Amino acid sequence: MSAKALERLEQRFAECVLETHDFRGDETAVVDRAAIVDVASWLRDEPDLAFNMLTDMTAVDWLLEGREPRFEVVYQLYSVEQRHRLRIKVQVPEEDPVVDTLTRLYGIADWLEREIWDMYGIRFKGHPNLKRILLYEEFVGHPLRKDYPKEKRQPLVRRPENEIADVLARRGKARPLPQPPPRSAR
Amino acid sequence: MMETPKDQESLDLTTMHMGPSHPAMHGTIHIKVQLAGERIENAEVNIGYLHRGFEKEAEAHCWQQIFPYTDRLNYVSPMLNNVGYAMAVEKLCGVTVPERAQYIRVIVGEIARIADHLTYMAAQTMEMGAFTPYFYVMKGRDWLWDLLEEVSGARLTHSYVRIGGVAWDLSEGFKEKTIEILPRIDQVVVELDKLMTRNRIFLDRMQDIAVISAEEAISYGWTGPCLRGSGVDYDVRKAHPYLVYDRMDFEIPIGTDGDNMDRYMVRMEEMRQSMRIIRQALDQIEPGPVMIEDRLVVIPQKAATYNTIEDMINHFKLVIDGIRPPRGEVYSYTEAGNGELGFYLVSDGTGRPVKCRVRPPCFMGMAALKQLIEGHMVADVIPTFDTINMIGGECDR
Repeated sequence: MSAKALERLEQRFAECVLETHDFRGDETAVVDRAAIVDVASWLRDEPDLAFNMLTDMTAVDWLLEGREPRFEVVYQLYSVEQRHRLRIKVQVPEEDPVVDTLTRLYGIADWLEREIWDMYGIRFKGHPNLKRILLYEEFVGHPLRKDYPKEKRQPLVRRPENEIADVLARRGKARPLPQPPPRSAR
Repeated sequence: MMETPKDQESLDLTTMHMGPSHPAMHGTIHIKVQLAGERIENAEVNIGYLHRGFEKEAEAHCWQQIFPYTDRLNYVSPMLNNVGYAMAVEKLCGVTVPERAQYIRVIVGEIARIADHLTYMAAQTMEMGAFTPYFYVMKGRDWLWDLLEEVSGARLTHSYVRIGGVAWDLSEGFKEKTIEILPRIDQVVVELDKLMTRNRIFLDRMQDIAVISAEEAISYGWTGPCLRGSGVDYDVRKAHPYLVYDRMDFEIPIGTDGDNMDRYMVRMEEMRQSMRIIRQALDQIEPGPVMIEDRLVVIPQKAATYNTIEDMINHFKLVIDGIRPPRGEVYSYTEAGNGELGFYLVSDGTGRPVKCRVRPPCFMGMAALKQLIEGHMVADVIPTFDTINMIGGECDR
């Protein structure tokens, strides 16, 4: 991690850096959501910072802690030349879960942003192909949100529930057919 | 007789699905390719067939209960995942593990790395149609798993590493067994090298196929052997030494062209370097404790748990409430078989994580696969996909 990079960022974007900390040596800056593309491109292109790798990108849901705004999108940046790291976070409110995309800066942002959309339902403005990546298109909801129950099941292949009864009926041992649950139950 | 079309434009594109039920796609990848003749014009890579909700499960468990889940991330080198996760929680708690435990982690980690690369070699050769090397290589992996089984009691899902050290010390005679097995592994690598590296058929399908430049690889977040194949000397063990890697003398092999062959050659050399590290670590390791002494982190010994009320309560509190790291967030990274394995942990001071994110190195490789295979022949998909060494458990989590 790099204290120098954090200092430079605070000087350059004084009005956009909302908060900083360096817990356990991980320099972190919370920046204004509207400025994320400017901040990321500056960090990438500044020669002595050269954060040319978006190592990881994820989101955190603070619903249970009751924190406002509810979501945080977290970027882990790394510079292969300078060998230093920086963590950038933006805060995202529940009612308007949109962040500008970084796909024009980093190739990997494409899939990482799709995963965040899939898991948290945060949209990325300007993303060329924002669709689910780990789950299937028919899935309802975003499972890493804290209000999504862990035990909830959504089988994609819904078998007709009356197979066994059919067999019995053919053998003259008819039983009332169990009704499949209504589709809205998903 | 069929007439050959004058230009490619006049050919209709054929859509073909490879996977998920395809022998080379490991059952977890679906690639939809649009072909002009045999050339891939457009590809769509779909992942997620092995998604198990690792992060959702982790949020419902105590910090120390997550180890068995990490075994199942990269399931060809579970030991490296164990080490990566343990180091992340230790960073969060601010504890340092005893030196002997650090050496043990390096030794078992490097054994796992060789096993990981051997598995890659086996899959690479077999999926390209060469079955003999597969058996030669798997034989070597079994010997390595014998070693890990002796240490941890399990061949695959070790869960051997603990927060604050390792579960127990190395077994008696482990050093001698390892010293005895390493030359045999070396022999396996030599055999494989002789069979494949100068094999004409192999070279034709590997050289100059799926070239990626260093800039593109970095932009895609590539790390590990794949990035080094493109000529970037980034290895976490050298760039940011952790455990006792700074005391080891080893080299980082890098490629020049960024093609399939370079990614293969880098792994081939890395196995030899890992063997060097294991030999050095076995020479340097000193007797000592393998766990820190901290009642807030480490579960007491069984005898103490059953015989004293304090340790009984201690045990109960740790099992039910879990370790309680301070509030905060850390990103910890180690060099796993496929590259930088990162854990981003967020704690609110309770026994369960708010967030336990894994940065899966082969996810990044898969994101670039579309670009790698477009413009190549349909038969090139297999060797290219193999060099990324996608491991379903890690990629889909």
